[in-house]
Amino acid sequence: MSTTDCAIEARQLVKTYAVRGKKHGIRALDGLDISVPRGMIYGLLGPNGAGKSTTVKILTSLARPDSGEARVESVDVLARPGQVRHMIGVVAQRSGADPTATGRENLILQGRLYGLRGAAVRARADELLAHFGLTEAAERLVKTYSGGMQRRLDVAFGLIHRPAVLFLDEPTTGLDPESRAAMWQEIARLAGGEGMTVLLTTHYLEEADRLASRLAIVDRGRVVTSGSPDELKGELRGDAVQVELPADADPARVRQVLAALPAVRDVVIAGRDVSARSDDGAAAVPVVLAELQRAGVNAASVAVARPSLDDVYLRHTGRRYSESEGPDCAGHANELETAGVSK
Amino acid sequence: MTTIQINPGPSTPQAPQARGRFRAAQPNTVPFGTTIAHTWYLTGRKLHALVRQPWVLAFSVIQPVIWLFLFGQLFRRVIDIPGFAYHGTYLDYLVPGLIAMNAMSNNMWAGMTMIEEIDRGTLNRFLAAPASRIAIMNASVAEQAVSTTVQTLIIVALGLAGGARYHGGVAGVAVMVAASILVGVVFGALSNAVGMTLRSREAIIGVYTFFMLPLMFLSSAFIQTDLMPGWMQAIASRNPLNWVVQIGRSAVSAHPDWAAIGVRCGGLLVLAVACVAVSVATFRSYRKNV
Repeated sequence: MSTTDCAIEARQLVKTYAVRGKKHGIRALDGLDISVPRGMIYGLLGPNGAGKSTTVKILTSLARPDSGEARVESVDVLARPGQVRHMIGVVAQRSGADPTATGRENLILQGRLYGLRGAAVRARADELLAHFGLTEAAERLVKTYSGGMQRRLDVAFGLIHRPAVLFLDEPTTGLDPESRAAMWQEIARLAGGEGMTVLLTTHYLEEADRLASRLAIVDRGRVVTSGSPDELKGELRGDAVQVELPADADPARVRQVLAALPAVRDVVIAGRDVSARSDDGAAAVPVVLAELQRAGVNAASVAVARPSLDDVYLRHTGRRYSESEGPDCAGHANELETAGVSK
Repeated sequence: MTTIQINPGPSTPQAPQARGRFRAAQPNTVPFGTTIAHTWYLTGRKLHALVRQPWVLAFSVIQPVIWLFLFGQLFRRVIDIPGFAYHGTYLDYLVPGLIAMNAMSNNMWAGMTMIEEIDRGTLNRFLAAPASRIAIMNASVAEQAVSTTVQTLIIVALGLAGGARYHGGVAGVAVMVAASILVGVVFGALSNAVGMTLRSREAIIGVYTFFMLPLMFLSSAFIQTDLMPGWMQAIASRNPLNWVVQIGRSAVSAHPDWAAIGVRCGGLLVLAVACVAVSVATFRSYRKNV
């Protein structure tokens, strides 16, 4: 990928924060590199404290790195932050809306900071309020808004000047499943229909998996691996193939049949459940089923599970994602499943 | 000097050949007109919030009002001390002092608002948008000026109701208000600078307690400086809070000393501009630690 195709580029970013009691401070970024092609959703996935927000702060000109380079649409963020600010929209982790002003006032001020004036700024604010379902709440003070409404207003802030690149820092953290599902659809639409480049940070595996066309897994201030979610999982070369046997099946016979198949390996039989690994699970299934049938065993059910991003994370960092994240991570993942949004 | 004028309209990435050809000497320079416009809009935001919560302003003068009536009564015979040299009641004497004290005291909490805006993410939202840094600080100054004016006028009115007399008339009161605004800007800007650099509420409380009472008692707010020990007089003459008290007291007296008022107002103005400049400069350190 050549440099000019990139909407966002970061090279060897290093950032250290001074912390009392620590002589060398805390190294938030330790040589982070990313290249984000135009017009896609690019995910930065990592547990809290991995350096995602620091990266966003540097790329959006809020923070200065100790060393390294950052470019947005080929403009050097460090040398020309003013120019970069006009091209980007930023939705930070913390809302930033003024609670003592109405949603409409907040949006109009935001537009004015980008140089929109008069009827144009009012029209744009109304358009966004309508788009995000906030028209009825437009004249209400933001402090009366629900979490989901505030977050939608935040995204509207980021879009008011029609930026080329949008930064979304943990856009769905703290949202209920329904609001999260709606937010996902909105984000997918931005990159899909409007051709905007979106840099999305998240600590939800599920969110990265569903939204990002490409993603970088960030751990301890570095990118440990990057690629499309499918590529990353594909690298693991090992889908799980799971077969449920009928009650009358003979496990020894099943083992014998499957062990002879080159398409699967690591066959484990526990009661009626058979699991095996395969380089290509989808291709292995018909072969497995056919062989079992020839042996007189009709499988009750069969499932192929691709490796998850959790497996990818484990492979590159040596830790389970949930261990890095703390106990609430798994719960969130389940919540996301039930939210039921398709990509 | 070649600079790039950044189009403030809805932005699209510039053509590749236009980018990077010029090197902006001052990459953070926002055009002057933009600074003015942003000051206007950001001040509007602050004043809107103020208008929505007017009682906050009223509550904030409770403390000086208590000083005004309790202190005014308790020490009303102070005026009889030989050498006090003041023509009027002690309440007359006290009003300019409490106005100065109120202006300093309330503005020293400006940094709290700054920290709140940092915590809420509002400051970062403005900074990531191309908001003029000077305008952000100007808005804070303008809001402080408005609230200081309102508070000062409340104290003037209550003083009047309590029996204080302002021989200098409307012009004298106006000068007193102007001086209170200036000292408010000085301490408001310093408070913002502390809030931005240390980002700790405790630091602001610390600065408040460290400066408030000493500066108040090292001024002529409660007693003529002639009656102070020599070392205190030396400090008082360099204490900007004392200048405000002296400006106000002279301006509302029957025979204002306009020359002295002019010099002290000039001194306050220089100090105020310097302090706002310091507060704008703290954006640089904020960027290192954000």
